[in-house]
Amino acid sequence: MKVVAAMSGGVDSAVAAARAAEAGHEVTGIHLALSRNPKSYRTGARGCCTIEDANDARRAADVIGIPFYVWDLSDRFHTDVVEDFMDTYAAGQTPNPCLRCNERIKFAAVLDKALALGFDAVATGHYASVHTTAGGDVELHRAVDGAKDQSYVLGVLDEQQLRHSLFPLGDTPKPQVRAEAAARGLLVADKPDSHDICFVADGDNTGWLREKLGDRAPNQGGEIVDDLTGEVLGEHSGTYGFTIGQRKGLRLGHPAPDGRPRYVLDIEPVSGTVTVGPRERLAVDRVEGDRVRWCGRPLEAGSVLAGDDVTVQLRAHGAEHRAVVHVGADTLRVDLLEHAEGIAPGQAVVVYDGTRVVGSATITSTRRVTVGASQ
Amino acid sequence: MNDSRTVYLDHAATTPMTDVAVEAMTAHLREVGNASSLHASGRRARRVVEESRETVAQALGCRPGEVVFTSGGTEADNLAVKGLYWSRRDADPRRIRILATAVEHHAVLDALAWLEEHEGAVVELLPVDRDGRLEIEALRAAVAREPESVALITVMWANNEVGTLQPVTEVVAIAGPHGIPVHTDAVQAVGATPVDFAASGVDALSLSGHKVGGPQGVGALVVRREVELAALVHGGGQERDVRSGTLDVPAIAGFAAAVELAVKQQSEHAARLTALRDDLVAAVRRAVPDAVLNGDPVDRLPGNAHLSFPGCEGDSLLMLLDARGIECSTGSACSAGVPQPSHVLLAMGRTSAGARSSLRFSLGHTSSAADVEAVAGAIGAVVERARAARA
Repeated sequence: MKVVAAMSGGVDSAVAAARAAEAGHEVTGIHLALSRNPKSYRTGARGCCTIEDANDARRAADVIGIPFYVWDLSDRFHTDVVEDFMDTYAAGQTPNPCLRCNERIKFAAVLDKALALGFDAVATGHYASVHTTAGGDVELHRAVDGAKDQSYVLGVLDEQQLRHSLFPLGDTPKPQVRAEAAARGLLVADKPDSHDICFVADGDNTGWLREKLGDRAPNQGGEIVDDLTGEVLGEHSGTYGFTIGQRKGLRLGHPAPDGRPRYVLDIEPVSGTVTVGPRERLAVDRVEGDRVRWCGRPLEAGSVLAGDDVTVQLRAHGAEHRAVVHVGADTLRVDLLEHAEGIAPGQAVVVYDGTRVVGSATITSTRRVTVGASQ
Repeated sequence: MNDSRTVYLDHAATTPMTDVAVEAMTAHLREVGNASSLHASGRRARRVVEESRETVAQALGCRPGEVVFTSGGTEADNLAVKGLYWSRRDADPRRIRILATAVEHHAVLDALAWLEEHEGAVVELLPVDRDGRLEIEALRAAVAREPESVALITVMWANNEVGTLQPVTEVVAIAGPHGIPVHTDAVQAVGATPVDFAASGVDALSLSGHKVGGPQGVGALVVRREVELAALVHGGGQERDVRSGTLDVPAIAGFAAAVELAVKQQSEHAARLTALRDDLVAAVRRAVPDAVLNGDPVDRLPGNAHLSFPGCEGDSLLMLLDARGIECSTGSACSAGVPQPSHVLLAMGRTSAGARSSLRFSLGHTSSAADVEAVAGAIGAVVERARAARA
């Protein structure tokens, strides 16, 4: 196959490209320029988007012996990922930009361009696996390295996207990938993993949002209210600084009467009210979502997915929760058999059957166990 | 060297060294000698430098003492623009305006922007017509408005992207009566079109080694003896006290040999490349009827074929051709490897999308009819594919 290897400049995508080439594919390395004004050097825990990262990717391509180009997708990225990120926060929700980037950039804009230019597939360094069954169905599965598994952020890929995706690292634990990178002479073998959101340079999400949202912020502040008593505990300078389940940074000044920590339970973007309470009030037993994506054959509206192996994951690297999934018309209702905590609308609910990713939806609301439906 | 299947059509970026240049350069690589040393080895090295200077001067129609060796075209441009600005402003503080075309190379444009930001310069980028040629009346008006405040004028001899020759003679005619110095970036022009420093009347002229078949990392600024320049690189003052640094004797020898040959062969070289280039443009247009030749159709560099392919991304075209062993350029500067819409094409009135749809094929001394045939055979399918990717 002719394969485009998306190379961020990190160790995973470099080894993925090397493996694709070694498997006999005709591989072309592509670094995606996603920032309109790339900085020269990498700082903090960001893993891409600087000129230094582009150079790291170029050097990896040299070592692997594949052609290398930079594709400028900064405008698409800004519209489809950064704007979406701001809109979601403005609506009082918590976005997952990595998921959006996979859905709309890496496996849409890049894949479409690659296919049109005569390539057959896009390879990335994501930890996940694509299988094709004997019957010809395509399936997305968790990686063998549970700690690194990234199937959650790929849960938005549909059947056609998966048919043109290669994830060469799905069968390998991360430490082995680093060792392999070193053995292959790739200088990025020791490069630290990236954690933060790539376009928030210093990792200060709230500060970034304050600067960028400007007039689009739903509010410039509001009250922090106790869920139990209704008492106003403090003020804040914008709901976008909060996410459900957050404990740090509430700056309430005085402790709760019982001395236990308080968590963000609810965010009301219009009034600007942030509701806080004790941890047990975070528990939810139902999650609803829309914008349903099926990673393979779609399930019909009205069908119910249940069974011992049916689970959902509600945030990146979050726990699995056993669940019963009710399929609606572009909606999902997920009844959790094990309560979940700190579930933020805007994040994805990804449905699994064993290790297989069935599909996903964007969370629109949750039902708190203690007080009935909220949000 | 490239393997035999490579069709190299990016000579404006760099062209293979000619045999005489390789021989002249390698002859000195094992020799010891700092050209500034006073002993026999030093004198030997200095003799190579001075003979090279005389060779370059002979080829370009200037005096040997007017040749300042530099690390290349970019340094020559910086030395000219900043050096002239500072010396002229120091002599008369009113002189802060710099007039240039909007289509200068970044080595000039970015130096001007820096002077504007840090040194109080007022830079006026003058418009060009649809072929990329300076609107000479705009220059005349800009000078006439307040001639005493113009520090210098810089107008390239030939544009590196679209190949259009600039009206340098007319620029000199406008500047001359006011005593305003004129610099010209002739990096693409030397060896491609007749360049005679004295006859041109310019005060400073930049050239580069590797564009004329010499080594990379060496070039020169030719500056009239009477013109004062402020120094950029301070130190030993090796070159006329305006450029310091131990002279690169082998590179200078290779550079001089390349310049001498390029100028000697310029006329027949230009005739041969013009014919090949016209064949290439005709072949491309047969395969892609709506392809547009940018720049002046006649008054242009002989090896330059700069074409727009409506509905395509230049970087897609480049990649698809590269995969077929055909090497060319989008012709514009890169930022982190990302082609930016060319400031030259934008100045010529093209849209951003139009500017992004362009490729520059540049022919040189190793180009042949087989190269043209290779492009003719590939371009139709490549453009079709790139259009699909844009859709």
